[in-house]
Order: sequence, then structure tokens, then C-alpha cells
Amino acid sequence: MNWFQRPASDTQITHGRRLWLYIIGVLILAFLIIPTLIVIPMSFSQSQYLEFPPRVWGVRWYENYFGSIEWMTATWVSIKAAFWTVLVTTPIATMAAYGLYVSNIRAARFIFVLLITPMMVPVVLIAIGVFFAYTRLSLNNTMVGLVLAHSVLALPMALIVISAGLRSYDMNQERVARSLGASRLKAFLVVTLPQIRFSVITGALLAFVVSFDEVIVALFISGGDMSTITRSMFLALRDQIDPTIASISTVLILITTAVFLLAQVLGKSKSDNS
Amino acid sequence: MTASISPARNAEALRRDERRERLLLFGLSLPALIMVLLVILVPVGWLFWLSLFNDEGVLSTYNYSRMLESKSYVRIFKTTFNVSFLTTLICVLIGYPLAYFLSQLSKRWATIGLIAVLLPFWTSLLVRTYAWLVVLQRKGLINQWGIELGWWETPLRLVHNLNGTLIGMVHIMLPFLVLPLYGSMRSIDFDYLKAAANLGANPTKSFWFVFFPLSLPGLFAGITVVFVLCLGFFVTPAVLGGGKVIMVSMKIETLIDLFFNFGTASALGVVLLVLTLAVLFIAHKLLNLDKVLGSGGGG
Repeated sequence: MNWFQRPASDTQITHGRRLWLYIIGVLILAFLIIPTLIVIPMSFSQSQYLEFPPRVWGVRWYENYFGSIEWMTATWVSIKAAFWTVLVTTPIATMAAYGLYVSNIRAARFIFVLLITPMMVPVVLIAIGVFFAYTRLSLNNTMVGLVLAHSVLALPMALIVISAGLRSYDMNQERVARSLGASRLKAFLVVTLPQIRFSVITGALLAFVVSFDEVIVALFISGGDMSTITRSMFLALRDQIDPTIASISTVLILITTAVFLLAQVLGKSKSDNS
Repeated sequence: MTASISPARNAEALRRDERRERLLLFGLSLPALIMVLLVILVPVGWLFWLSLFNDEGVLSTYNYSRMLESKSYVRIFKTTFNVSFLTTLICVLIGYPLAYFLSQLSKRWATIGLIAVLLPFWTSLLVRTYAWLVVLQRKGLINQWGIELGWWETPLRLVHNLNGTLIGMVHIMLPFLVLPLYGSMRSIDFDYLKAAANLGANPTKSFWFVFFPLSLPGLFAGITVVFVLCLGFFVTPAVLGGGKVIMVSMKIETLIDLFFNFGTASALGVVLLVLTLAVLFIAHKLLNLDKVLGSGGGG
């Protein structure tokens, strides 16, 4: 009996009769993955236009990217903003998730919904609101302003992930630690935090990605030397297709893939979380 | 905590202590609350206030009535709804088979498939939009190959119009539909399907009468998330629409960027927000909001 005739599930349908499903599934996965990946080989073209496969291979567009002061400044702004966003969002989201979870007061649910509003309000509305407020506070084109806005945007994701981690953690362990004499803070740091660390790390990595990817708010509140890489890319894309962007995209794909793999590897230890 | 042996004298103090501790713990959420208040609620409330004044600074509904009277604004809202609806529809049509495919695989293969769904989810939205621009443009890959293979002679117009916008948006929205749907499919108890087969249903029947209805909560959750995100979409239509597809959020940007017109832009934003909240509210009434919101995590 070959694979085609073997039953694929408990309903006794065979793999052969399911072949169409497998083909469609793989095609849709290809649709998700391939267009993005195709940018990578195309960026190594030596000619003036993007080609696939490149007729002459070369690193011309990388030289263009790494040699440009503007692109490099923007890249560093983005990296710095993303790191600061992680440093601000992670502790604040962890505190809020823990506080709302253990305080067990009736308003907690309402506060939780309030804290995830940044995810529900259309980003463009947030952007013009922040722009309007920052104009009065002279926070436009500053790192502080950018990090503050990005931290709020990253908060919902981090909060949701960390709250989920807390829900699947047995709070009795912390009670035991406290009944044995540990203060609440110590019990949290020594007993609880190590056990929810995977969701905290995932939350932190998500915060990094949210900030690093963000375009719309940065479009309004950052400019000149404070322009983020995605903002500069977006503005460049509106005008013409500059092949330099292919090389920048490749670098961004590498960075986000690294962050993603980090999240997968660190999250693996608790596989039922996904 | 409420030990029964404690004498009544202690009870009052204990209760007070507990209440104080709860408030203290609740206070841990204050930094987050203050940040959201400062960056989201106050500025958005301010914009709402601004939207109530006309150009002369007099309180009026001018900014809102204008939206109904002016044909161009009506058209922008129609476009936004059209694009959101079509994107959601296509996502359902290709996302359901994908989620079903993944749910039928063994755990190991499903993990690999899920990584393929999650990876684009983490990849920069702008990079993915740019990739489509490269693939779909006049001299792009698709046209290059199509002409070389003799399938068509003049380059197809795949981008800088509605087609390109839809392709790009479906690509970005698909994971948001597939992840909650996959979750709900995985939690379906397979004994139901065994029972259906045992009672004589063929695979097609047991799918439509047993599996499909059980997967609907996940599907609705995915549809809600995708539709809501589409309503406020900006980057992809701006890059792939080539100025032909104008969504509400793009109009808002133009109003601020070119005319510094906060009144009208705010009014548009407020309407967009109300529409978004209405969709979320309806979804909340129809299904459990926790499922919708809990799907955002992904990893």
C-alpha cells in the first residue's frame, strides 16, 4: 500500500484524495514566503536595474547603502529607537500584566482594555494626535518623543503575551515562597519571573519589531537627522524605485529573521504556548 | 488569607491590609496607564475637540457635514470599505484552505508550515510591500516571465492600481486570519469526526456538517481582525496603489502634510475610529472578544 492509498485522518480519507489540499496549501505558503525572499538575490545585482536572476552579480547597491551617510544615520536611529522601546515597554508591560492579574479587582478588565487601545485605534489617528501634541511639547524630531510613541504602540502586544504567560503559571508557587518568608518583590523576582521569562522575552522581541517596523507615526514626528529607516524607505518608494532599497530590505529581512528565530528558540522551552 | 480562626478583632485590620495591598498591586499598572493616557487618549480627545470647529474657529458640525456632502469624501469611504471587504474576502478564500491544510498535518510538519506563516508576520511590512512592487511592476518579474513564456505580449498592469493594492494587502493580512483560525481548528475534538464517519458520513459530509461549524469562531475572530486592520491601512495602498486607491488614512495624511488642516483630518480620523470600534463592538457581541484580542500574540 503506497502513501497515496493510506488514510490521512480518522475519517479514512486517503492522502491521494487529499492531494489537491496539499498542493493548494504549499502554493499558498509559497505565496507568503517567496516574494519577500526574492528580493535577496535581486539585491546582489551589479546593473542599474533590479533583475532576477541578476546578469552580473555584485555588491554595488550595498556600497550605496553603507556608503550613504543619510541611510546609515536613519538605520542607527531605528536601531536605537527599537532598543529603547524594548527597555521602556518590557518592564512597564510586565508590571501592568502582573498588577492587573494579581490585584483581582473589578476594574482590572476595564484597565486591560484601555491599555490595549493603541492596537485598536487606527494608527494614522494616533500619528496625527501625537504630532499635534508633540508640536506643543517640542518633542517632534527627538529620540525621546519617538521612543515614547513607539513604546505605547508596542505595549498591547507585550501586555497580551505576558498576561497569557501569567495565566498559564501557577500562582500558588509564589504564595508558597511568600509563606516561607519572601517579600512579594523577592517572590516575584526569584520564583515567578524565571517561570514567565519566555513570554516576557517574546514580548520584548515583539516590542523591538513593532518599533523597528513602524512607519506612520515616524512619518509625522521624525524627520531630518531623526528620520527612521522605514520612514526614509517609504518616502523614497513613493518617488521612484531605487535599487538601494533592495539591499536595505535584505538587511532588514536578516535582522527581523534573527529576532524571529530568537523568539522561536527561546520560546521552544514551553512549546504549548504557541 | 481569611483564616477562620482569627478573632473578629483582627478581621477589620486584615481586610484593610488586603485592600491596601490590592490597590498597591493595581498601582503597578499606573505607568502603562499614564503612557497610554498621554500618548493616545489625550491627543485623540484633543483632535476630536478640534474636529468640532470650522475654519473660523466657531463651534459647528461643518467638518462632518462636509464629509456627507462632498462626493470626494464619500468616494474615499467607499474605496476604504471596498478594499477592506475584498481583502477580507480573498483572505478567507485562501486562508481557510491553508489553515485546514496546516491543521491536518502532523505536529512536526505543521510547525514548519506555521513558521512559514509567522515569518512574514515578523518581517517588516514595508519590505514586503516593496517586494511586491519589484515583482509586479511593469518590468517586474511576473511581466518579464509572462512575456518570455509568451503568455501575454504587453506588460500587464499589476501594480499602481487596485490589483496591486489587493495583492499586497492580502499578503500582509493572511497571517492575521490564519493564526486564530488554525488555533480553533486544532482545538476541535477529533472524536466528533470519528463519530460522524462511524455514523456513515463520507469525508465531505463530515467536513461540512461537523468540522466547518466548529471552526467558525476562529474564522470570525480572524475576519474581525483583518477587516479592522484593513480599515486603517496606509503604507501598502500608498505604495502599491499608485495614487489610484485612496483610503481614509491616506487622505488624513495628505490633509495634514499639505494643508495642515487638523479640523478636517481629525473629523475623518474620528469617523474612522467610530467605524473601527463599531466593527469591534459587533464582533464582541457575536463572539468572545478575548479570542479576537488573544490572537494578536502569534508567537
